[in-house]
Amino acid sequence: MQVSVDRDRCCSSGLCALNAPEIFDQDEQDGRVMLRQTVFRPGQFADIRLAGELCPCGAITVTEGVSPADGTADAQAGTGS
Amino acid sequence: MTTTPPTPAATAVPLPAPHDNRCPFSPPPAYTEAARTSSVSRAELPDGSPCWLVTGYPEVRTVLSDRRFSADARHPAFPLFTPERRELFAENPSFIRLDDPEHARLRRMVTGDFLVKRVEAMRPGIQEIVDETLDRMTDGATEADLVGSFALPVPSLVICLLLGVPYEDREMFQSLSRTLLNTFAGVGEISRANDELLDYLGGLAAHKKEHPAEDILSRLAARDDLTLREIAATGILLLVAGHETTANMIGLSTVLLLDRPEQKAKLADPAALPGAVEELLRHTTIVHTGLPRVAVEDVELDGTLIRAGEGVFAMLSTANRDELMFGGEDRLPADDVDLDRDARRHLAFGFGVHQCLGQPLARAELQIALGTLFHRLPGLRLAVPHSELVFRPDSVVYGLKSLPVAW
Ligand code: HEM
Ligand code: SF4
Repeated sequence: MQVSVDRDRCCSSGLCALNAPEIFDQDEQDGRVMLRQTVFRPGQFADIRLAGELCPCGAITVTEGVSPADGTADAQAGTGS
Repeated sequence: MTTTPPTPAATAVPLPAPHDNRCPFSPPPAYTEAARTSSVSRAELPDGSPCWLVTGYPEVRTVLSDRRFSADARHPAFPLFTPERRELFAENPSFIRLDDPEHARLRRMVTGDFLVKRVEAMRPGIQEIVDETLDRMTDGATEADLVGSFALPVPSLVICLLLGVPYEDREMFQSLSRTLLNTFAGVGEISRANDELLDYLGGLAAHKKEHPAEDILSRLAARDDLTLREIAATGILLLVAGHETTANMIGLSTVLLLDRPEQKAKLADPAALPGAVEELLRHTTIVHTGLPRVAVEDVELDGTLIRAGEGVFAMLSTANRDELMFGGEDRLPADDVDLDRDARRHLAFGFGVHQCLGQPLARAELQIALGTLFHRLPGLRLAVPHSELVFRPDSVVYGLKSLPVAW
C-alpha cells in the first residue's frame, strides 16, 4: 500500500490525525497533514483506507498493492505475528 | 436524465420545511419523503424562487467537495432564506461564505488553534470548566434548566478563553448569536446584531493590538495582513459557531439518552465515549436546514442536470440517515440511536474545504460534557413531560430552547 498527501488541498480538518494517528500528523503552524510513516503494516491498512475515505478535501491518495518497500514491511509483519 | 431547469412546480419541496412535532428528532417529513424518491429534488425558497434539494449521501458529499459548487454568498443566485441578507455578506463576509483562495487564506490563520493535538492538550482545562459548571448547577438545587445552566455555559466559557472574549459579556453575545442564526429574523434586526458584534469584536481586537494576551484575537490583531473588519468577521464566526453548536448538541443528546436508558448505560465505559459522540452527531445533525451552495458550472448529479447559476441545499440530515451507509444487520435502523454503530462517516460537520474547523474541539467538549454529566448525575431525568419540551425549528442550528431537568 502506498499513501501520498497533497498539502495544497488539505484544509486541516484533523480527521486523518484523529483516526490514524500513527500515520498522519498535523503541521504545528497551520494544521496541514504530514505523513509520519512511508511504510505500512497490514494492521494499519484499515485505518489508512478510512482516513482516505474521510478526508474532506481529497488530500489523501491511497494506492492498494505492494511496492518494494511495502513488500518488506508486509513480510516482516507477516513473520512477526 | 432531467434537463429542465427547476421551476416552482406544485411538487417543489418548500424550504425550510417544518418539523413533525410528533417526532422532533427526525428530519422534516418533506425532506425524508423527497429523499425516498430521489437524491435530487426540486425545492422552493420562501420568496418563491426555485432551487434544488440534495438528499442522498454520495450526492451531498459531491456538492460539498466539488469546486463547481460555490459557497460564496455574494453570488447573485446563492440560495438564501432571506435574500435581503446578501448585502450583509457582501459587506463583511466571513470565510464560511467565501471560496478558495480567499477562504483558505483566512481559514489557515486559525487552523493551528484547532489541531487535534492542541485540543487534546486542552482536555484537562475543559474538564475543569465542566466540573465547575456542574458544581454551580447542582449547588443546593435538585432541578435546573440544563440549557441555561450547563449546555450553553460550557462551550461559551471555552470559546471565550480561546478567543479572548470576556465571559461577562455572554448575555450580549449569546442573544445576538441567536438573532444571527434565526432563519426568519428580519434583515434590519440581523444587520443590527451583526453590526453590534462587529463593533464589539473589532473593539476587542483593537485593544488587544496594544495589550496582547495569549488568545486568538490577540494573535490575529498582531498580523499586518488583516484588516480590523476581517478580524472581527472571523471573530464573529468563531464565537457564534463555537458556542451555539455544542450547546445544542449537549441539550438534544441528553434528551435522546434519557429516553434510552439501555444506550445511556453504555456511556459508563469511557472507551465508548468517542464512538457514542459520533453516533449522536450523526443522528442529531443540528445544522438541520442544510448547507447552501450555488452551481458555478453545469453539473450532472445522479442523472439530474444542475445548471450554472442554480442554487442547491445539501441536506446533511437525510444523508446521515442513509440506511445503506449506517444501517446493518446487527444494528438498529439508521433512524434510531445506536451507540455501538460505527458512525464515523457521518456528515454532521459538513464535507469539503468548509468542513467544520472546530470539530476536534466540539468532539472533546461533547465527550467530556456528556460523560461527566451522566456519571455525576446518574438519577438525571426530565422535569417536564416530553410533550412540553420546546424546540427551535426556526434556527439554522436545531436544538432546545430550554431543558428542565431534575436529579
Ligand atoms: C457539535 C458541534 C458542531 C457542529 C455540528 C458543526 C457543524 C458545522 C458545519 C456543518 C459546518 C460547515 C458549514 C458549511 O460548509 O457551509 C461548520 C463550519 C464551521 N464550524 Fe462548526 N460545528 C460544530 C462546532 C463548532 C465549534 C465548537 C467551532 C469552534 C470554533 C466551530 C467552528 C466552525 C467554523 C469556523 C466553520 C467554518 C469553516 C469554513 O468555512 O472553512 N464549529 N460547522
Ligand atoms: S483529513 Fe484531509 S483535510 Fe483533514 S487534515 Fe487530513 S489530509 Fe488534511
